[in-house]
Amino acid sequence: MSFTTGLRCRECGRAYPIEPIYVCEVCFGSLEVVYDYVAIKRHISREKIAAGPNSMWRYKELLPVGGDVVDINAGFTPLVKAENLGRALGLKQLYLKNDCVNPSYSFKDRVVAVAATKAREFKFEAIACASTGNLACSVAAHAARAGMKSYVFIPSDLEQGKILGAAIYGPTLIAVEGNYDQVNRLCSELAEKYPWAFVNINIRPFYAEGSKTLAYEVAEQLGWRAPDNAVVPVASGSLFNKIWKGLNEFHDLGLIGPVKTRMFVTQATGCSPVATAYESGSNIIRPVKPQTIAKSLAIGNPADGYYALKTIRESGGGAAMSTDPEIVDGMKLLAETEGIFAETAGGVVIAGLKRLVTSGAIKEDELTVAYITGNGLKTLEAIQNSVVKPILIKPDINSFEAALGFKIAATVERNKSQVE
Amino acid sequence: MSVLVRIPSPLRRVTGGKSTAEVNATTVSACLEDLEKQFPGIKERLCDSKGQIQHFVNIYVNGEDVRFLQDLDTPLKSGDEVSIVPAIAGGC
Repeated sequence: MSFTTGLRCRECGRAYPIEPIYVCEVCFGSLEVVYDYVAIKRHISREKIAAGPNSMWRYKELLPVGGDVVDINAGFTPLVKAENLGRALGLKQLYLKNDCVNPSYSFKDRVVAVAATKAREFKFEAIACASTGNLACSVAAHAARAGMKSYVFIPSDLEQGKILGAAIYGPTLIAVEGNYDQVNRLCSELAEKYPWAFVNINIRPFYAEGSKTLAYEVAEQLGWRAPDNAVVPVASGSLFNKIWKGLNEFHDLGLIGPVKTRMFVTQATGCSPVATAYESGSNIIRPVKPQTIAKSLAIGNPADGYYALKTIRESGGGAAMSTDPEIVDGMKLLAETEGIFAETAGGVVIAGLKRLVTSGAIKEDELTVAYITGNGLKTLEAIQNSVVKPILIKPDINSFEAALGFKIAATVERNKSQVE
Repeated sequence: MSVLVRIPSPLRRVTGGKSTAEVNATTVSACLEDLEKQFPGIKERLCDSKGQIQHFVNIYVNGEDVRFLQDLDTPLKSGDEVSIVPAIAGGC
């Protein structure tokens, strides 16, 4: 059973029925799902959630779906207490939400699971998307599972891991000669012409709700409480806003105490329209032409940027941006301290977190959650010149010792001198 | 001086269902004025009270966002294409 009662314009409040529409025809504001929270409150409890499936569907009452869902088992990913990384950064209570381990290796499975379910409910035959890569993989995977066709549009310069990681599921894959914002503009126009469920266009009000599960899970995994700080990678800003919304819904439903979480945006310096607007005290997001290795965050014209600014200010949070070399260092630091291999967006989060700690915005004793949203195997190009190279040997002991012997000798020497 | 304008579906109630329009205009600003003459009420949907393009609307000339050109003063010539696209799309 669904607790969704309709759609409503976030700006002017005009009501709309539950249909594959996304924008208010009066003011162009975004449409949001309306829930019957009174009924949800009667149905939901900590115990019921805890007894639910080990996936995002344990929060189904708070998602805009009714019956059978398209399920590749997204969500309920680990929340890792990061003591090594915490020590390196000077944080005593650092947790990582490891969403690298979703079925298609990014958090996008959460939003697409909802979108694909709605697409099927609305009787579409095909699902489609404009993607920076992770979404491409997830849409193609969910379409395969649902037995639907998929049309996936990507910028032509994406990483191989994302192109192949989408292609394997058999979509119609369109590489557009242009950046993501151009792909998105094209898809916005195609969505007018073709009868497809574009997950992040005409299905967007439903799709975006899937990201709330990243707030619910963290709160549940922390023992039913909200963190002091949430550090989030920002592209369009939707994920960022939905984490804030999810925490507040949990509080309103009586599942957690007051939410005092400060929300922090992290972006790459080469594409930081939200962080830049925040730092300059502006309410206006100036679009940019992205120039960064963090391609999954390379949205120069962020649809929810305006609302992300509101969320930062409402929550008392902040923003940080990092250069490409800092992003690679962030990826390496995360891998070398915690054994988590994240894509470039994870590097943006760790590098941004480091800055926020250095600047004093985030303090040592505060409970901080960093969201790691995609898998490093998808962005191998970013690190190929920055990690150790394999030592090539012949398959015999002599060859091994000739190649490595001096290294071991050096290690033994050092240990000896430490003993002395 | 004919410029093709692509109209998104949220505006088609104002345009009587038309998905494209032809305007005679040498700037984006003049294009919006011409649209208003053809479809009264359309301009207030696209612009705020100060006459600036509102938050949730993106306007493109030949595929380029006018904010990278000269905003409302962006010049138009015959054969150009103007797209009006809701800003709330894409990403996640």
